[in-house]
Amino acid sequence: MSSVADAHGRDADRHHPDLVHHFESLPAQKEAATFGMWVFLVTEVMFFGGLFLAYTIYRNLYFHAFVQSSRHLNLTLGAVNTAVLICSSLTMAMGVHSSALGRRRATVAWLLLTVALGSVFLGIKAVEYKDKFDHHLVPGERFQAEELHLEGEESRPAQIFYALYFAMTGLHATHMVIGIPIILFIAWMAHRGRFSPEYHTPVELTGLYWHFVDIIWIFLFPLLYLIGRHH
Amino acid sequence: MTTQIGPGESGPPRPPVPPAPAEAPPPRVNYLNVAYGVKSWLLTTDHKRIALLYLAGVTLMFFLGGAFAVLIRLELVTPAGDLVQSETYNKLFTMHGIIMVFFFLIPSIPAVLGNFLIPLMIGARDLAFPRLNLASWYIYMIGAAFTIFVLVSGGVDTGWTFYTPYSTTYSNTHVVAAGLGVFITGFSSILTGLNFIVTIHRMRAPGLTWFRLPLFVWAHYATSLIMVLGTPVIAITLLTVVLERTLHLGIYDPRLGGDPVLFQHLFWFYSHPAVYIMILPAMGVVSEVVACFSRKRIFGYEVVAMSSLAIAVIGFLVWGHHMFISGQSTYAGLVFSFLSFLVAIPSAIKVFNWTSTLYKGSVSYDTPMLYAIGFVGLFTIGGLTGLFLAALGLDVHVTDTYFVVAHFHYIMVGGAIMGYLGGIHFWWPKITGRLYPEMWARVAAVIVFAGFNLTFFPQFILGYLGMPRRYHAYPEEFQVLNVMSSAGASILGLGYLLPMIYLVWSMRYGPRASANPWQAKGLEWQTASPPITENFERQPVVSEEAYAYAPEEEARVV
Repeated sequence: MSSVADAHGRDADRHHPDLVHHFESLPAQKEAATFGMWVFLVTEVMFFGGLFLAYTIYRNLYFHAFVQSSRHLNLTLGAVNTAVLICSSLTMAMGVHSSALGRRRATVAWLLLTVALGSVFLGIKAVEYKDKFDHHLVPGERFQAEELHLEGEESRPAQIFYALYFAMTGLHATHMVIGIPIILFIAWMAHRGRFSPEYHTPVELTGLYWHFVDIIWIFLFPLLYLIGRHH
Repeated sequence: MTTQIGPGESGPPRPPVPPAPAEAPPPRVNYLNVAYGVKSWLLTTDHKRIALLYLAGVTLMFFLGGAFAVLIRLELVTPAGDLVQSETYNKLFTMHGIIMVFFFLIPSIPAVLGNFLIPLMIGARDLAFPRLNLASWYIYMIGAAFTIFVLVSGGVDTGWTFYTPYSTTYSNTHVVAAGLGVFITGFSSILTGLNFIVTIHRMRAPGLTWFRLPLFVWAHYATSLIMVLGTPVIAITLLTVVLERTLHLGIYDPRLGGDPVLFQHLFWFYSHPAVYIMILPAMGVVSEVVACFSRKRIFGYEVVAMSSLAIAVIGFLVWGHHMFISGQSTYAGLVFSFLSFLVAIPSAIKVFNWTSTLYKGSVSYDTPMLYAIGFVGLFTIGGLTGLFLAALGLDVHVTDTYFVVAHFHYIMVGGAIMGYLGGIHFWWPKITGRLYPEMWARVAAVIVFAGFNLTFFPQFILGYLGMPRRYHAYPEEFQVLNVMSSAGASILGLGYLLPMIYLVWSMRYGPRASANPWQAKGLEWQTASPPITENFERQPVVSEEAYAYAPEEEARVV
């Protein structure tokens, strides 16, 4: 654990304003924070896991209804959104990289670009949602399955597909809605010069969160939009 | 005060040190008197103060949940449903279950004792994320506020299990608010578990290797794994129930092809491991107490530590034993039955190792030890009857009877609450700097044990004879056993009120405690009682195994 070398570093770090009282050194503090973030992301995987489980089970039970429902999703908008989100992960990674190098203005610029791309994603998502409302594909009393070319018994599980579609993409979008203000706040802190090559943990942790949200979408896109179409 | 545990200071077995000399020492700064006022408590980031905030919260919820138990037992004194109507009775047992499970048992030992002790036991100044720790308490209180709102606005009647489709479609009570209350408080559990995992990994004192950790810390590590991996699943499950009620999501709705049993799978995937969230920390307490009051190292330390992890891991694979009659396939039932038998092995390992620790130990019977011994006996009964329930054939006979009720109360009340009370007494001198009245405490421990058995043993017989759970009326031939159970409950209630009174009394009038009144091992006893805010004057360094109560003997064996 703590060695002589650490003890040296500790004295130097003691005066660092970002070292909280119960940690020995800045690296120790950063490792704990990063570890904590990874544990949090594990809980997020389990959180989404319940919905992924439900999707898997119902897709097996009601394969035809899921295929027909999936065809009604807008592949173009979904693909564009996937590209937008992957780009936002790239800009986020650049933001983290810039803050590690201590480039303040570049950090702020990359973070703001990430926010912009995230907002584009949410905008496109809103267009898709509106389309589903217009075509009565929102679960509930007014749900209509005619456009999905499903009849009788088969039309009912279509509601389950759209329930899962809204629950999964909605939960994903909620994570983005939470993430965007956080990135804006981090960008503001970066603008105020709060980060340095020694201390930029908040940028890194926000980056981890954003990449996680991105990865969730990387799973959602094929499951909801792609894998049904070949049948 | 020594900051290093060294050999040679383990004395002969001794009762608690007598009260300090008459003239009190000059007041010393500690975590309690370092600051005063409501703000210094509500905005604190000191893990010890947050533990006391949690203590206040869970004690309130415990007596609230207890009040519902009183009403339930009152109704069941007579066979006729004469005190409350069946609808009211449904709400009573639902509120009792929700409050006791989610707002008392799950946070009790981890959030109070774990919060207070883990940094002390590993020689750290605080948990890794102090502000997150405080946030977790506020989240808990917000969840509790939702539950109390449900209470005053008319209650909820789904049972604490929220089974679909009743909860999603048919119940006309406050399911949404109750579900949100549990959903919210789940995040406090997640944050506590996350904090513990990071703290135990990264903040141990120099020399404190994994296999020198107190078993209390091992138990909490295993508990935290369950909190972090399981709680998000109950969160999404209850969220879907809420969405199904409000937005007609339909994934549990049979009319659309949804499967209500999917809810049961998701629910029990968390809620069975949640039982281990309740019992593992209590096992950690028992390990500490048994070692201290036998003046011996825990027999088979490594195995006991690993059995905690084994319980956490296997505990995730047994949920299907709650669903033997829910239309689950026979083959799934077989596998879940087998896995449920498997989880008995690490549990039995613990019981055998505690017993072996007592062997040739120099055993004294102070209050914490009375609770620990009570725990071992009651947990064994609860665990063995769990095996009855894990057996596919027998379970069909006793499903949804009082046999199940008795079984899980032996684990949760006889196990978890006995462990909690034992731990509260054991560390009370450390937490408050005061000694509690030993005589009263022993009397209370005996009352709790007797009252508990009188309450719940008759329920095993009732259940085996076929009395179903969750009914407010029953056939007349069951009355004798029900009256016994209700009489026991009133004794048990007295047993819980007594510590409430004398512990509060001792905070002001109890004799001052020394740093180590039990002559116990462990870093938490190496600092003052109560500790300073920073926990230790100097960074402790660990140079020996846990529980080195008889170092010369250990050395001889090695």
